[in-house]
Amino acid sequence: METVNPLKPSARMRIPRQDSIEQEADRRSRNFQEVSFGLDEQRAVIEAQRCLECKNPVCQDACPVNIDIRGFIQLMLKKDYSGAVNKIREANYLPAICGRVCPQESQCEAECTLGKKHDPVAIGKLERFVADYEMLHDTFNAPHIGERRKEKVAIVGSGPAGLTCAAELAKLGYHVTIFEALHALGGVLRYGIPEFRLPKEILDVEMERIKALGVEIYTNFLVGRTATIDELFDEWGFSAIFLGTGAGTPTFMGIPGENFSGVYSANEFLTRVNLMGAFKFPENDTPVKIGKQVAVIGGGNTAMDAVRTAKRLGAEKAYLVYRRSRNEMPAREEEIHHAEQEGIEFLLLTNPTRILGTETNWVCGLECQRMELGEPDESGRRKPVAVKGSEFVLDVQTVIEAIGQKPNPIIQSTTPGLKTGKRGVVEVDEKQTTTRRGIFAGGDLSRGGATVILAMKDGKIAAMEIHNYLQSNHRAASENIPLTHSSSVA
Amino acid sequence: MICPNGGISAVLRPPKNKNSLPTFGQKSHSAQKLILKNGDFGCFLQNSVAQWLTCLPAVGILNNWLVTIAKGKSVFRIVAKQQLAPTITKYIIEAPFIARKRKAGNFVIIRVMEGGERIPLTIVDSDPAAGTITLIVQAIGKTTKLLATKREGEFIKDVLGPLGNPTPINNHGTVACVGGGVGTAELLPIAKALYVAGNTIYSIIGGRTRELAILEEEMKSCSQEVYVTTDDGSYGRKGLVTDQLKDLLDGDFGIKAVYAIGPLPMMKAVANLTRQYNVHTLVSLNAIMVDGTGMCGGCRVSVGGEMKFACVDGPEFDAHLVDFDEMIMRNRTYIDLEKESDHRCNVYKQADAMEGVA
Repeated sequence: METVNPLKPSARMRIPRQDSIEQEADRRSRNFQEVSFGLDEQRAVIEAQRCLECKNPVCQDACPVNIDIRGFIQLMLKKDYSGAVNKIREANYLPAICGRVCPQESQCEAECTLGKKHDPVAIGKLERFVADYEMLHDTFNAPHIGERRKEKVAIVGSGPAGLTCAAELAKLGYHVTIFEALHALGGVLRYGIPEFRLPKEILDVEMERIKALGVEIYTNFLVGRTATIDELFDEWGFSAIFLGTGAGTPTFMGIPGENFSGVYSANEFLTRVNLMGAFKFPENDTPVKIGKQVAVIGGGNTAMDAVRTAKRLGAEKAYLVYRRSRNEMPAREEEIHHAEQEGIEFLLLTNPTRILGTETNWVCGLECQRMELGEPDESGRRKPVAVKGSEFVLDVQTVIEAIGQKPNPIIQSTTPGLKTGKRGVVEVDEKQTTTRRGIFAGGDLSRGGATVILAMKDGKIAAMEIHNYLQSNHRAASENIPLTHSSSVA
Repeated sequence: MICPNGGISAVLRPPKNKNSLPTFGQKSHSAQKLILKNGDFGCFLQNSVAQWLTCLPAVGILNNWLVTIAKGKSVFRIVAKQQLAPTITKYIIEAPFIARKRKAGNFVIIRVMEGGERIPLTIVDSDPAAGTITLIVQAIGKTTKLLATKREGEFIKDVLGPLGNPTPINNHGTVACVGGGVGTAELLPIAKALYVAGNTIYSIIGGRTRELAILEEEMKSCSQEVYVTTDDGSYGRKGLVTDQLKDLLDGDFGIKAVYAIGPLPMMKAVANLTRQYNVHTLVSLNAIMVDGTGMCGGCRVSVGGEMKFACVDGPEFDAHLVDFDEMIMRNRTYIDLEKESDHRCNVYKQADAMEGVA
């Protein structure tokens, strides 16, 4: 591909990585506006010029959905921002979301050639820039939709896996219908990720883009209860079904005092704030209660989201209680860093043992013990071991548990022949095929708890596999081979 | 969203095989005859192909309805509304998919308007052929008061269901059904199902005062006897439902099981009473919920020392195992904020009323 960058590679390497503008930490920790404002056009163009346009674009290989990163940056350099975002959309239909929540530092940017000696190209920020530019200038054109096909595909759950699968199949010309149990679309993007990381306005625009593909959407429809999977096949006439229902069931530690008022699962806390808009109570009807001192238990991205949300709701002290050390935290480095900037107090190597309550069952403290790192466990991380006699009580009035989620069992328990494995995840092969013919699954439902982009990868692979499946059915039908997708295991 | 080609892709058709018929549990032959005699039990009729055929028009309703949803329009229309008591209202709401699947004990989560709260409400009855469900609601909180301002023909923003596990309906022989206040509305479908299953039912309806002891006639249709108690003695026996229940348990009625739904203190009192008699008792717990699908864990209750989610593990539990004291305190979590929210609701209503005058 011909280069459009006038700078020689040595000149490109001399340009420093462009930083996006961020809200000041002490200001943003009191509001729900987005932390980062992204790159402006000038900085974005400078940043794009840093790309070495490698012959062998390793960044693209490191992207779970294989975005032509070099290609979209070259279009940016031609000032064809619309072309650039469409280039991304060929591989990933939700660029404004991925540009914000994807862990680029451990994917594309980790492999960037420039990053070997200098800072890598800020690929994520460029992705966000072209997506935001398109929204701001309203230049969206729905992509070309292939020849209409007669088969109907149902997508269960409108999170990142389901949306991606829906978009890919709609582009191929299938009739796609999304079923969502909640009253709003987006799954974890809606109820889980807070406004200050992914504004709901951005999410709404991306949802409009999905609708522009002709995808039908039914909210308030809980598959397994409102209609079962078998009914979707037999009565609705769907030819294939993709399950992307995520990991929505919270787990609790099992320590005493968890049913006191003031104890939340991170799911409940974030759903109240994000989906129901409790941060605007009483303008919105759903309340949430936050004490002056709040403890969030866990070390993942959900824990970071919860503790930063608590701070924004007015907590004077917001503690993050994690039983291992900072190195073992599963959260993104950027999120940990943002939390530290915002004044979150990290209590590391600290394990909660009991929640204390008042006589009216309100939380009044969290009893913890100190830990030290021992031998590595099965996850390869050093196992925390309790230090005897190190118990202490943390004064808190709110405790939020963010120690992981598992899949919701409603569909699995109402669909014969669908095999589940450890912690209730639906078993799939490398092509996202389940044990039941015609049913595919992906995202947290089959992974147990992962990232938005991996869910999208699954959705994309599943879409291709559904396409292959329907094509082979089509061929089989013309050759009169009987087919069935009912309860028999494939 | 409608397809670009103008058509709607999901079109319902009758099932290919009998296995995918909606099933409502097998009933005895005599029970079926009984249902046929009592036409108003239409919702229990879906047990055979013949019964499926009677529901065929519903397929048309479902399809029309799908087109409306696909156009992005509100669909949960209030078909009829009837005042049962000053604060208690019966709503018949168009929700054909829920109507078709609902069983006794199921509930829905509703959200009346944008920005509103999601609240759980038990489905009192359903008519699959007409595509409607019945809710009976006491206007006590902000959302229920807001619902009460909705008129016939208006829409409820969101209705999700049917949720929760259906009530286990067995033939115990003789059963006592105890309802307190609006809890009687939630009890009614269970009492009907128990009756259909061949039980002899003695019902007790309680209320603070005469007008809060509701659905006496409806309960009579499936009960051997209906006893009414009021706290102030304005109707029936002066006293609590437990006073009457104690008499029944002491008498030679041979009560083998008790189903009780009402305010938490009432259910607790019933549990404490029946524990002494060692009579199996089932209660339906109205816990704080957000999503109603097992996602938030807000509705967790202690049952036999284990953590359970009322939405997906319940809503009914063995009363003798429920930690009522814990739940009573947990349900008070937002009591001050509810008052604040409710106050604003009243301000709006006054504004509305003034607009109406002008």
